[in-house]
Amino acid sequence: MVPRNRLYELLIFIALVVLAGTLVREPYYQNVLIFIGINSILTVGLNLLMGYAGQISLGHAAFFGIGAYCSGILTAAHGWSPLAAMVVAAAVTALVAVVIGIPSLKLTGYYLAMATLGFGIIVYIMFREMSQYTGGASGLVGIPPLNIGGWTLSSSSDYFFLVWGLLLVVIALSLNIVDSQVGRAFKAIHDSEIAALSLGIDTSRLKLKVFVLSAVYASVAGSIYAHYITFISPSSFDFMFSIKLVTMVVVGGMASIWGAIFGAATITILPEILHVFAEYDVVVFGIILILVMIFMPQGLTCGVLEAWRKSRRLARKRSIADIHGARL
Amino acid sequence: MDLAAQTLQFLFSGITNGAIYGLIALGFTIIYNATEVINFAQGELVMLGGMIMIALSRGTNLPIPVGFVLSVAAVSFIGALFERFTIRPLRNPTQIGIIIITIGVSILLKGIAMFVWGKETLSSRPFSHMAPIHVGSATLDPQSLWILGITFGILLLLQLFYQKTITGKAMRACAFNKKAAGLVGIPTQKMVLLSFVLSAALGAAAGVAITPITMCSYDMGTLLGLKGFCAVVLGGLGSTMGSVVGGFILGIVESLGAGLISSGLRDAIAFILLLAMLFVRPQGIFGIKEVKKI
Repeated sequence: MVPRNRLYELLIFIALVVLAGTLVREPYYQNVLIFIGINSILTVGLNLLMGYAGQISLGHAAFFGIGAYCSGILTAAHGWSPLAAMVVAAAVTALVAVVIGIPSLKLTGYYLAMATLGFGIIVYIMFREMSQYTGGASGLVGIPPLNIGGWTLSSSSDYFFLVWGLLLVVIALSLNIVDSQVGRAFKAIHDSEIAALSLGIDTSRLKLKVFVLSAVYASVAGSIYAHYITFISPSSFDFMFSIKLVTMVVVGGMASIWGAIFGAATITILPEILHVFAEYDVVVFGIILILVMIFMPQGLTCGVLEAWRKSRRLARKRSIADIHGARL
Repeated sequence: MDLAAQTLQFLFSGITNGAIYGLIALGFTIIYNATEVINFAQGELVMLGGMIMIALSRGTNLPIPVGFVLSVAAVSFIGALFERFTIRPLRNPTQIGIIIITIGVSILLKGIAMFVWGKETLSSRPFSHMAPIHVGSATLDPQSLWILGITFGILLLLQLFYQKTITGKAMRACAFNKKAAGLVGIPTQKMVLLSFVLSAALGAAAGVAITPITMCSYDMGTLLGLKGFCAVVLGGLGSTMGSVVGGFILGIVESLGAGLISSGLRDAIAFILLLAMLFVRPQGIFGIKEVKKI
């Protein structure tokens, strides 16, 4: 069951998506919105892992890449239907996530960060070196557009509704998980894994589940990305992209599903606004990461909300003080 | 060249790289021991060392020792700023928070370096003008000997510092128990600052020493830092000796693997070793298994 306030949130979201889909006609803006949608799917998944389960992943671009390459290779080189390829890609990613997750998630903190980082880099190097399958550093070309039951997605508008529709599903699923017993167990793991364990929560199983789920989200996002762009190369799935995803989660706020979308949107739009800086936009990313972590460790959305609440509380106090002052 | 000579050649380059990784790993260890912070920007400090050396010596006839000292001093100062403005303001540092902040610093430093020095790969003069040394049918670059010498020299100095000086002992006390160290009057905040300065100095020394061989570009630091980090995990997080040993193991395995199996997979070898170590023995070769207090 979706609680009522969640239902309202989702309805507002649907209304906004439909509004944006019908009003935005400029291909450039549609393109930006599609990327925001794809990155949001990734960020919602990573936020489940980082914000709720408290496990960092510095190699999430790898799952995105596995999805993209599986879809790309199966459709471009073997003539599979995109939908079947997407399902197989998700299954392969889930399998990889299980194999990597079981030993990794025994580790905590720095060790987990190192393991996921190492995994991400190994996968990136494999994309680059297994050139007979992946096309190597120059990339994989000729990926067909997405085709669902005979309907080929051709316009940006089609992709916009597909991506944001899928994001809606991902959000609804994630909100449900967060509100369920599983979600509460995650919060317990986040606060104290030992306390959660002693209350009978099977922490390692839960952590693995959320790890696999977020990997599958990333894989689906990767498949759609591959079909939309029709060309993929290893550099889209490098360490820097993993860091960008972490930045999106951090900016959006840990443990906030809606914040994740805000974070994804901010970090996706930023380079577009900063195009005067060209490649120096990374400097801005660095500064954002540092400032947000120092001043608003719970994320930009939560930080700004809290500051607003604080100022309101202060204002109320002041007005009460004024009334008292007037009486005296 | 026959296989034996080839292997010898790979071994030489492996040992050289190993010394470099060891030196970078030492930088990680110094900071980790004083603060339990893993500094993901360590590789960028190495890059800055190399770049500043190049900037100082380009077009001038600056003696190499002077350039060395100046670049180490400059990077140490950057290390101090780094600690003062990004690590100290943290109110409740979590490991995830520290990871993200130091990654932020690394991106920032990389971007600044790209802005200042551009994207080209630069090189600096070797420390000594000697012909390559021939050992059997393999050759050894004299700069490799410098790198080895600097690594062992620093290791020795570091041991002396930790064992013999009062500041070194204070730093070890901080690493052992920060609160208790504070209670007996050790200025823990200063020790943290010092550890960043020391680590930055080490990184810079590594950068200056390796640029004649590896050359230097703004994005050199990331991979070097990550590999130094693999060396730390191999040796055991927090172990001074382990860092250097881990560095040499990594360097040699990587060089032999790249030479004898596949050069394309060169960079993957370090991370495969890292994962293997983390999954089998996360505390590393020299590390002691962490016991968690509840």
